[in-house]
Amino acid sequence: MSTSEIPLNSQARYEPDPVLEPGHTYASVTDKISSIVLTRPLGLGWLAGFTLVFSIVMVLFASLAWLITKGVGIWGINIPIGWGFAIVNFVWWIGIGHAGTLISAILYLLNQKWRTSINRFAEAMTLFAVACAGIFPLIHTGRPWMAYYMFPYPSTMGVWPQFRSPLIWDVFAVSTYGTVSLLFWYVGLLPDLATLRDRAKEKWQQYIFGMLSMGWRGSAHHWHRYQSAYLLLAGLATPLVLSVHTVVSFDFSIAIVPGWHTTIFPPYFVAGAIYSGFAMVLTLCIPLRKAYKLEGFITMRHLDTMAKVMLATGEIVAYGYFVEFFMAFYSGNKFDVFLAEQRLHGPYSHFYFALILCNILTPQLLWFKKVRRNVAALFVMSLIINTGMWLERFVIVVISLTRDFMPSAWGRYSATFWDYSTFIGTLGLFVMLIFLFVRGLPAIAISEMRELVHEESHANKEHV
Amino acid sequence: MSDHANDHELHILQGSTKRESEHHHEEHGDEDPADDTVREHRLDLATVREKLRDKSGKQYWRTLEELAGNPHFEDLLHREFPRHASEWDDAVDRRNFLKLMGASLALAGMAGCGRPDENNIVPYVKQPDGMILGRPRFYATAMPFGADAIGVLVESHEGRPTKLEGNPDHPSSLGSTSAMVQASILNLYDPDRSQTTQFDGEIRTWSAFLEAAQSLATAAKAQNGAGFRILTGTVTSPTLGGQIKKLLTLYPQAKWHQWEPASGDGAREGAKLAFGRYLNTVLVPGKANVILSLDSDFLASGPGHIAYAKQFSRRRKLDTPSDTMSRLYVAEPTPTVTGSSADHRLPVRASDIELLARALAAKVGTGAAVALPAATEKWLSTVAEELQKERGTSLVVAGDQQPAAVHALTHAINASLGNVGTTVYYTEPVEIEPAANLESLRQLCSDMHAGKVDALVILGGNPAYNAPHDFDFLEKLKKVHTSIHLSPYFDETSAYCNWHIPESHFLETWSDARAYDGTASIIQPLISPLYFTKSAHDVVAAFSDKPGSPPYDLVRAYWTDAMGHSDVSVESGWKKWLNDGVIPGTKFSPINGEVKWSASSLPAFHPAQAGQIEFIFRPDPSVYDGRFANNGWLQELPKPLTKITWDNAALVSPKYAQKLELLHKVEARGGEHGQVRSRVVDVELNGSKVTAATWTLPGQAEDTVVLPLGYGRTRAGFTGSNKGFNAYVVRTSNGLWVSTDGKITVTDDTYPLACTQYHFNMEGRQILSTASLAEYKKNPGFAHEGAQAPAKDDSLYQEFSYPGYAWGMAIDLNKCNGCNACVIACQSENNIPVVGKDQVMRGREMHWIRVDRYYTHAESPTNDPSTYNPSLDNPETFFQPVPCMQCENAPCEQVCPVAATVHSAEGLNDMVYNRCIGTRYCSNNCPYKVRRFNFLRFQDWETPQLKLLRNPEVTVRSRGVMEKCTYCVQRVNNVRIDAEKQSRPIRDGEIVTACESACPSEAIVFGNANDPDSRVAKLKGQQRNYSILAELNARPRTTYLAAVRNTNTDLVKE
Amino acid sequence: MSGPRSQLYGVMGEFETPEAILAAAKKAREVGYRHITAYTPFPVEGLAQTIGFRWTAVPLLTLLGGLGGGLSGFGLEYWCSAISYPLNVGGRPLNSWPAFIPVTFELTVLGASAFAVISMLALNRLPQPYHPVFNVDRFARASTDKFFLCIEARDPKFGLAESARFLQSVEAQHVTEVKDEE
Repeated sequence: MSTSEIPLNSQARYEPDPVLEPGHTYASVTDKISSIVLTRPLGLGWLAGFTLVFSIVMVLFASLAWLITKGVGIWGINIPIGWGFAIVNFVWWIGIGHAGTLISAILYLLNQKWRTSINRFAEAMTLFAVACAGIFPLIHTGRPWMAYYMFPYPSTMGVWPQFRSPLIWDVFAVSTYGTVSLLFWYVGLLPDLATLRDRAKEKWQQYIFGMLSMGWRGSAHHWHRYQSAYLLLAGLATPLVLSVHTVVSFDFSIAIVPGWHTTIFPPYFVAGAIYSGFAMVLTLCIPLRKAYKLEGFITMRHLDTMAKVMLATGEIVAYGYFVEFFMAFYSGNKFDVFLAEQRLHGPYSHFYFALILCNILTPQLLWFKKVRRNVAALFVMSLIINTGMWLERFVIVVISLTRDFMPSAWGRYSATFWDYSTFIGTLGLFVMLIFLFVRGLPAIAISEMRELVHEESHANKEHV
Repeated sequence: MSDHANDHELHILQGSTKRESEHHHEEHGDEDPADDTVREHRLDLATVREKLRDKSGKQYWRTLEELAGNPHFEDLLHREFPRHASEWDDAVDRRNFLKLMGASLALAGMAGCGRPDENNIVPYVKQPDGMILGRPRFYATAMPFGADAIGVLVESHEGRPTKLEGNPDHPSSLGSTSAMVQASILNLYDPDRSQTTQFDGEIRTWSAFLEAAQSLATAAKAQNGAGFRILTGTVTSPTLGGQIKKLLTLYPQAKWHQWEPASGDGAREGAKLAFGRYLNTVLVPGKANVILSLDSDFLASGPGHIAYAKQFSRRRKLDTPSDTMSRLYVAEPTPTVTGSSADHRLPVRASDIELLARALAAKVGTGAAVALPAATEKWLSTVAEELQKERGTSLVVAGDQQPAAVHALTHAINASLGNVGTTVYYTEPVEIEPAANLESLRQLCSDMHAGKVDALVILGGNPAYNAPHDFDFLEKLKKVHTSIHLSPYFDETSAYCNWHIPESHFLETWSDARAYDGTASIIQPLISPLYFTKSAHDVVAAFSDKPGSPPYDLVRAYWTDAMGHSDVSVESGWKKWLNDGVIPGTKFSPINGEVKWSASSLPAFHPAQAGQIEFIFRPDPSVYDGRFANNGWLQELPKPLTKITWDNAALVSPKYAQKLELLHKVEARGGEHGQVRSRVVDVELNGSKVTAATWTLPGQAEDTVVLPLGYGRTRAGFTGSNKGFNAYVVRTSNGLWVSTDGKITVTDDTYPLACTQYHFNMEGRQILSTASLAEYKKNPGFAHEGAQAPAKDDSLYQEFSYPGYAWGMAIDLNKCNGCNACVIACQSENNIPVVGKDQVMRGREMHWIRVDRYYTHAESPTNDPSTYNPSLDNPETFFQPVPCMQCENAPCEQVCPVAATVHSAEGLNDMVYNRCIGTRYCSNNCPYKVRRFNFLRFQDWETPQLKLLRNPEVTVRSRGVMEKCTYCVQRVNNVRIDAEKQSRPIRDGEIVTACESACPSEAIVFGNANDPDSRVAKLKGQQRNYSILAELNARPRTTYLAAVRNTNTDLVKE
Repeated sequence: MSGPRSQLYGVMGEFETPEAILAAAKKAREVGYRHITAYTPFPVEGLAQTIGFRWTAVPLLTLLGGLGGGLSGFGLEYWCSAISYPLNVGGRPLNSWPAFIPVTFELTVLGASAFAVISMLALNRLPQPYHPVFNVDRFARASTDKFFLCIEARDPKFGLAESARFLQSVEAQHVTEVKDEE
């Protein structure tokens, strides 16, 4: 197709802007994406960034070493606040993971074309987020080296895990979630690895990608089984992703602590998870598309759609907050009522108002198209929402514990240096993994992009 | 880092005269104040290393010996030892540290001194038919304390005492103990105890001292003992008394002085005033229907308080609405345990108490009428009416800190109410030599000043620290040629004396002592001295004509004379005394004190004018006069009313606090359950100044500031030094208890206090049910109106059944007076670690049972006492001991991922330490917040002395595991084993938990709830019985009996 | 066998567009070829069906995996809590089945997903580092933008010359023979 007809087509199309910049061929997409991995030299920017995040990861290791040496007492936790940053961070990270699976699985089932260019690194993000999340349940225990007690293995004591405990559900939910996401991600990668294998110039590249691609040939039989497996995985991942944050919310709603023990938690946790997840996708892909000139693949259309998803889930979260209050006063349960009032004028009220500002008020701007199409605004917004969601978990986990049943045992919580260093450390780990990912693997699903080129070209033909 | 912060703040609080305080500002907060009179300057590792550099072999050791002589070196070694919580280790260069350790071990050999030969000790209940390993044996002995001795049974595991229980046969104990008695065992194993005899800071052998003593003795004899002085505390040991008296006959000119800083002369002199001679007053609160306490804390301190609490609580039991209760009125300047359990409490200034006493005397017909403020008048006349209604069965008690006049008046009042002989009686003094302490010490000081004193023997006590400030004891001590100090620690006084003799703990030596009613007990050692320590008997004997005669012989000899050979010479007689812990027939018989009282014979009374601020001194509820300062258990014990640990604070009334704008600030770290910042004030009193943290205490008399004694120690040891402020610094002989010419200036500093319960009200929850007797009679079921547990058959699932034993506990809030004995008993029984102030401030204290304090009908804008509200002036105060509830539907168990806390077949909520991985989910889900977590390695695994202390039947928990009250499961199982051996069911009352056995007021009852005849089942059957937060359906096995106050309707309606 | 000797695997032709290869494949079936394979850079709709490949066992195996995971999950929980080591946990019944559902669910998903992936790989005979088609140089572009159709030698109707001619007849470029070096 000649460039002259492109503007025509784009005008002719009812869609304001395409999910894929016109003019791309199978070869061009393949080339553009795979070159980032194969040929592009390591830029100064990348090196500088990597050095930074790597040193932050060292901070994480230092914090963990000190933690193992001294014990969880180096954190701000106490009696009655037995859970602090560790659990807050766990819930936050797991939540972030959810967007990835949602984009790759649910949007796949709904056959949303626009997912194609962002699903790969959204999935990667999921994996890395789950990795970060997975650290906390382990290290927050008093004796991490005994954590294997949580797995059902025939121990000499003859004792088994206590399956009524939501923490055991967590173990299974999170490990399943991690495994399935990994499988899903890898299956998606398989054809692209083959592409890299075939395009690699260096011997070692060919060797590595050859191994990873398992000798994928893209024969019709391969593709046939591949597609059915991929569809099934998507089908399985969808209920899974919903279940995971439901189970996480059980950690709280199963307990009797006022502020934890409510039935709204599962839906509102899931919504919150997707909310923060999409915020994180934006946080990542806005700089990414800039740095690697991928505006052609990740277009305004994507940003706009993701903004809409955030808006929608944001409203659900807002509804969740409302229901918490409503239930407290409607049920008349004196403990819940008291806690609700505490949130508004207790010692931690400023946290609560901050989270209302971040999670409910600010996102309302997304109603305006102008905001949705302003990349900078979206980026800032995504950061605000991530902060807000972190605050939400803090309010739920910590503040509920500061004011429970026995006034004589009421206490307060303040994080220590090690709380912060561990949290920041995991942020570093997350970003470092992203850095490695974008240079080590195709950040966009090449084979799916080729499919997209195929479909788009058809669309064009129809219009001509 | 926060530690440093604390050091600094501690340092701000350093009680000090102006001269000293300069030193402080140069010194690091954590170190002793330098002092010119001590030759060696303070050591630290660096200087030691300096001294040791390029020394080797013999030389090396000689240098070490020089060092070793230096008290600071000792001090240094001690400091570097790991302590009660590894938290407290300060970082040290380990290699040098080990060098010094080696040295300190070598030192032990240097003082070559033999152990006293063991004498065989007779077991209490179990006969000594060969020790059964693993089975503890119980021995009877007694703990001397002031003008009292508390009989105890010592639990001994393979020869090491681990726990003290009350001795049912002993009048001062009646089977119960107090927090201080429970904690005294920790003093035995305190690594900071002084271990060797020293002369001018150099180690000497005991024999060297004997020689020195003998030469002093001969010198003294030459001049008839002129210039020979003995200073003791209150002595109730007949043997010691005998020894000293004999010494005084040897040296007619010698003098015996006595000084007890914390128990006043009032009682003693009051008796003299009333009866013309020293008499001992014994109360029988059990027989009294109406009691008026004039500033007396007779339920929690002073001679016989354990027995009094027991008698009193028995009059507070309410099995049915038809039962009667005694009624207690208390007028006091600052809330005490006694005042908090009063039915009517009147906050008045300490000096106004005498006014009250005079007015009351007039009302009951002795003395001239006195004008009172209206409110007080109404209160007092109501009380007077009732006292007269109950002639012969009423009782008026005067406080130890009150002047002689009040005591005299009290005697007169009791006499005219015909109470003498029923609710109160008099005996010969328990003290060997009753003397007005203040005068006695004043005389000693003036003699020292005049240079009349050549040899001063200080037997126990710590006058350099606690003598009245204006006596300037230290300066005068320098004028004494040879000073000898017997003391368990190398303390403030030891530092300025020539000879320091380490004193044996009462569990290490033979002695004897009289109880508050005269009953004598033999004190038998449970273990031969851990160090080269001596008792007062040894020291006094050293100056006698028979130096070196062992205490055993002395005690044995004394009683052989006293009781006549016939009895004692027979081994069995002696054995029986040891076995029972009391010597039969030694109880003083009542004598009728003929009150020779007349208004004129009273000293003139100048009532303080209204609005005048009064500073009053009180012994601290935990560390008393400072003698327990180095006791970690007592330091970390939340004080009954303030719930402050590790510090003392100047207590002010809410109104006065408002006037001075002394706001508290709840810190984010720890918060209400941990850290509260309070304003620091300068208290200028009697010409010297002390800087103190303040604490607003509801219920305190408006114009009163309380300065608790016993803190601000500089040489107490690792645990006790530099904690709180030293109130003795501003305490003078003319204002020993009450002082008015003082001024208080608010500084800009704040100081963090470790307060374990700051929030005082219940937010209208079903936690502590209370009612007046009238309301109770009207509605016996009131306790259940707060909340209802769902019916048992509401559950979808079938309940677990407990066919065998179902262990349960009932706590009678009507009896509990919040004395804290249970807390320490539990700590001692269950190897509970001390975590230190910093950790308490983070809300991580480890007590398995806590005593919550609530004010009913009290509120304030910020829900804390630091913002004024009239309801805080005199709130009703209640205490609630909270152990694990052992819920049948335990919320903690359901959420544990590894089944580390599960239910036993008998309904115990068991903790499996080695299974616990420490997720802390159980604690989050525990509605009663009774679970405790080892956030760090709190337990001390190194210090060898502390290993001896541990109860071998209770796991010593390490880092990262959850722990909590187990209903003393080890005791349950011991009894079960015995019962099964005899193939019989466990009898009711056979299992006694540590808290239950310690409780003086019998508020805690444990037993088998399945057995309808058991005490606990009967109590649970009562209408007052309820469970905390019943609506949660946790079905606690620990239930409470609602508190009922026997209020006087005349006083209520106004 | 002695020494590397190469034998014929088939002939392969290259196409530009999915439509072209689809047409070619249809043609090949019509003329009666049965052992033909298509290699494409992305799944081309209907291609598999055209070359006579319809049913795959992946969904069935996935179902089995899911069932297996779920049953073993609940079985494990029930056995541990009620049979192997029954404990009174907070007065809850030994078989607290509602509390056992989350784990059961998670294990169902885990089993199903694992089976889906493993069966896909196994049925595709992966991993398989070597395959004759890799010997064709231009085949590298099969993973980029070119579409290849291969008529295998084992096809009864196969003949090097005529098969090649056939491919050229359907506008395949670069028709080459595929050798299998052993």
